[in-house]
Amino acid sequence: MTVERDVMEYDVLVVGGGPAGLSAAIRLKQKAAEEGKEINVCLVEKGSEIGAHILSGAVFEPRALNELIPDWKAQGAPLNTPVKGDDVYFYLSPEKAFKMPGLFVPKPMHNEGNYIISLGNLCRWLGQQAEALGVEIYPGFAAQHPIIEDGVVKGVTIGDMGINHKGEHKSDYAPGMELRAKYTLFGEGCRGHLGKQLNALYQLDKDADPQHYAIGIKEIWTIDPAKHQAGLVVHGAGWPLNLLGTDSLGGSFLYHLENNTVVVGLIVDLSYSNPYLSPFDEFQRFKHHPVMKQYLEGGTRVGYGARAICKGGFNSLPKMVFPGGALIGCDLGTMNFAKIKGSHTAMKSGMLAADAAAEAIFSGSEGGDELTGYVSKFKASWLYEELYQSRNFGVFLHKFGSLIGGAINWVEQNIFGGKFPFTAHDLKFDHKSLKLAKDSQKIEYTKPDGKISFDKLSSVFLSSTNHEEDQPVHLQLKDASIPLAQNLPMYDEPAQRYCPAGVYEIIGEGEAKKFQINAQNCVHCKTCDIKDPAQNINWVAPEGGGGPNYANM
Amino acid sequence: MKVLVSVKRVVDYNVRIQIKPDGSGVVTDGVKHSMNPFDEIAMEEAVRLKEKGKVTEIIAVTLGGAKGEETLRTALAFGADRAIHVKEEGEIQPLTAARALAAIFKKEGAQILFTGKQAIDDDANQTAQMTAALLDLPQATFASKVELDGTKAQVTREIDAGLETLEVDLPAVISADLRLNEPRYLKLPDIMKAKKKTIEAVSFADLGVEAAASLKTIKTTPPPTRSKGVMVKTVDELVSALKAKGLV
Repeated sequence: MTVERDVMEYDVLVVGGGPAGLSAAIRLKQKAAEEGKEINVCLVEKGSEIGAHILSGAVFEPRALNELIPDWKAQGAPLNTPVKGDDVYFYLSPEKAFKMPGLFVPKPMHNEGNYIISLGNLCRWLGQQAEALGVEIYPGFAAQHPIIEDGVVKGVTIGDMGINHKGEHKSDYAPGMELRAKYTLFGEGCRGHLGKQLNALYQLDKDADPQHYAIGIKEIWTIDPAKHQAGLVVHGAGWPLNLLGTDSLGGSFLYHLENNTVVVGLIVDLSYSNPYLSPFDEFQRFKHHPVMKQYLEGGTRVGYGARAICKGGFNSLPKMVFPGGALIGCDLGTMNFAKIKGSHTAMKSGMLAADAAAEAIFSGSEGGDELTGYVSKFKASWLYEELYQSRNFGVFLHKFGSLIGGAINWVEQNIFGGKFPFTAHDLKFDHKSLKLAKDSQKIEYTKPDGKISFDKLSSVFLSSTNHEEDQPVHLQLKDASIPLAQNLPMYDEPAQRYCPAGVYEIIGEGEAKKFQINAQNCVHCKTCDIKDPAQNINWVAPEGGGGPNYANM
Repeated sequence: MKVLVSVKRVVDYNVRIQIKPDGSGVVTDGVKHSMNPFDEIAMEEAVRLKEKGKVTEIIAVTLGGAKGEETLRTALAFGADRAIHVKEEGEIQPLTAARALAAIFKKEGAQILFTGKQAIDDDANQTAQMTAALLDLPQATFASKVELDGTKAQVTREIDAGLETLEVDLPAVISADLRLNEPRYLKLPDIMKAKKKTIEAVSFADLGVEAAASLKTIKTTPPPTRSKGVMVKTVDELVSALKAKGLV
C-alpha cells in the first residue's frame, strides 16, 4: 500500500530542536543575511514544543553562544545564574565525604565565567531567535525515516499520525509529510534513532572506538531559602557508585539556580557490569548523603527526567558526513566528558555544519554531496582541540576508576595541558559489559521515604510524560522471545532496572510470566536501546508530540 | 453563515501544575502552553460545519498577551479563515472576556459564537453564558451534538439526568462539551500555511471594552495530598479502623 504524502523542499533541513540544531538553523540564516541571499531552513522536533525533551545539568560555557549571538545578554538569553562556587567531593561512604581542595581540581572542571542554566529554557529562547530570523520550526513532528535515494540522503519522512496499536489507520489518520532538502543535518541528541540508521547504512563508525554512554537522571527542587546559595556548583564522584574500582562509575551534580531552585542529578556510566544495578535507585539513595541532604531536606521536588549521554568523546567520533547530510551535536557525540559539558560543543558543531552548508549552497551546490567543508572546519576549530585534549579522560576512569583515573587526568590536564603524547582507547561496548546474574551480587535498595527519595512512578509523573494511548509500541523488540528466554535467566532482565521510567516490567509467575512494555511512560532517554545486552530493543519515535513535557529542565 | 470561535491559551493538560511558593498563582514560566482542549473541540465543530457547507466563514478570537498568537496559529491551522487577537497583558476575568467577545460578535455580524464550556486553567465556566447575556442571545451550553438548520440550531446537551435537546434561534452562543467530537491532527502543510496568514490585533480600547475587576484571587493552594493507606485483613478490622477514626 502506498500512501500519498505531501512534499516540501528546503535548502537545509534540521532534525531536532536542541542546542546543535537550533544553532545550525540560526547560523544558516545569519550567513544568508550576510550574503544577501536566501536559504530556506526547516527544523522539526519530536517534542510537543521546543525544549520539551531537553534535559541537561546544566553548567553552561558561553563560548559558542558568544560567537553565535554576541549580544545574547541584551536579547534576553536565559543565562541568569553565574557560577560563584565550585565544590568537588569524593563520597567515601553513605555518611562520609572528602572535599577536594581547589588546587587539585582538574582544569576542565573549573567553572569561572560559566552559568548555571536550564538548557530547555535556553533552547526555547534559541527557538525564538531562529523563528525571528525566518527558520520554519515545527515541534510535535517526529522524523521517522531518512529518505535515501541512490545512496543519497534527501530528507526525512515525518511519522504518520492516527495509527492504532495494531498498526491500522484510525479515522483521524494523517500521513506524515516528506521533507526534502539539499542538506539534512541530524541533531537528535545522544543515540538518535535516525543517526543510528545512518550510522549502520554508511558505516560511519567503522574507524572509531565504540561510543560510550551514561544515563543522567535529574530532579528539580525548590528548597528552603536559608539553604540556598545561588551560583553554587557541587560535583562529586564515589558512593553510591564506585570510587576506587573500575566498575559502576559515575558522578553527581547539584547546582543552585535562581529562585531557591536547585537541580540535582546522578550520571551513571552504562559500562556497569552488575545487572542488578538500578541507576534510578542509586540516585534516590545518593540524595540521602549528608552533602546532598543538607540542601534538599525540607524542600519540594518539582521536576524529574532522564537522558542518556554520549561520553566517548574524541576517540568515538564517527565519520561526520555522508552524501546529503551530516551529524551534529550529540548525534555525532561532541560532548566533552572531562568538562561534563556538551551544550557549547553541540552548538559549535551545528554552527560549523551550517557554515559549510551555507558555503556549499552559495557556490551553487544542489546538495546530495558530502559536506567536506564541515569536516575541515571542524578540524580547524577550538571544538576539535577541546575534544582532543579531553580524549583520555573517560578511558582513564574506565581503566583506573574515579580516584586514580581522575588523578591521572589531573596530571594530564593541569601539567600537560591535555596533551599526553599518547591516546588511550576503550574498546568494549557498553551493552557487552554485563556479568551474568548468577555471578553478580543482588543490590538491596531501601524503600524511598517519600521526602528525599521517591519511587519511579511518582517520578515519571513529574516529567509530565504523555503519549497517545492507542498507537503502536515505539519500543520495538527485534525478537519478542529474548526478554524471557535469554535476558531473564541470564541477567534477570536488566531492563526492569536500567529504565528510569518503569517502562519494562516482568509480570506474572511461572507459565503466565510476561514481559510488559509500558511505552506511555517512556521519557525518551534511549538507555534501553543502548544497554540491552542482546541489542534487541529498537527505540523508534512515537507519534509526534509524545514524550515528556519538561519545564525548566 | 459567519461563526466566531473563541480560543484560550492555557497551560497544557499534560503539564503537572505547580503553585508559586508565595501562593499568588500557578507557575506559568517555562511551562508548555496549548489551546484549551474544550476550545479545540469548539474549533473542530466549526470546521466540520464549514466542511458540510453550513458555515461560510470562521473567525478565531483569543484574548491575552503576545504569546496568544501561537494559539491563533493553531486555530488557523485547524481551518479558521481569519484570526483576531485582543492583545492585552495581565489577568483577564470572564466578564471582561465576555464583553470583548460580545463587541467582536456584534461588529462581525456573526451568527454563532462557539467556545469551550470552560477553560482548564481556571475552570470558571462563565464566559459563554455571560457573552450570551450581554448580547441578549439564546445559549446552548455543554453541547454534545450540534445540528444547524437555516435559522435554528438543534443542540444536544449533556446534563446530569442524561441528554437534553434544545432548539435555539440563531444568532446564539454554543459551548462545547468533551464528547462533541474528537479534534483532528493538525497537518504539517496546514501549519505551514497558517504561519503565513495575518492576524488582526485589537485592544480593549479599540473595542470600547472596559476591563472588569469583579473577582479577586485571595490564595492559590495545591490540593491536599492523600495520606498513606492502611491495609486491613478482615471486615472487622476495617470496621474498627473506621470506628477509631469516628467515620461510622
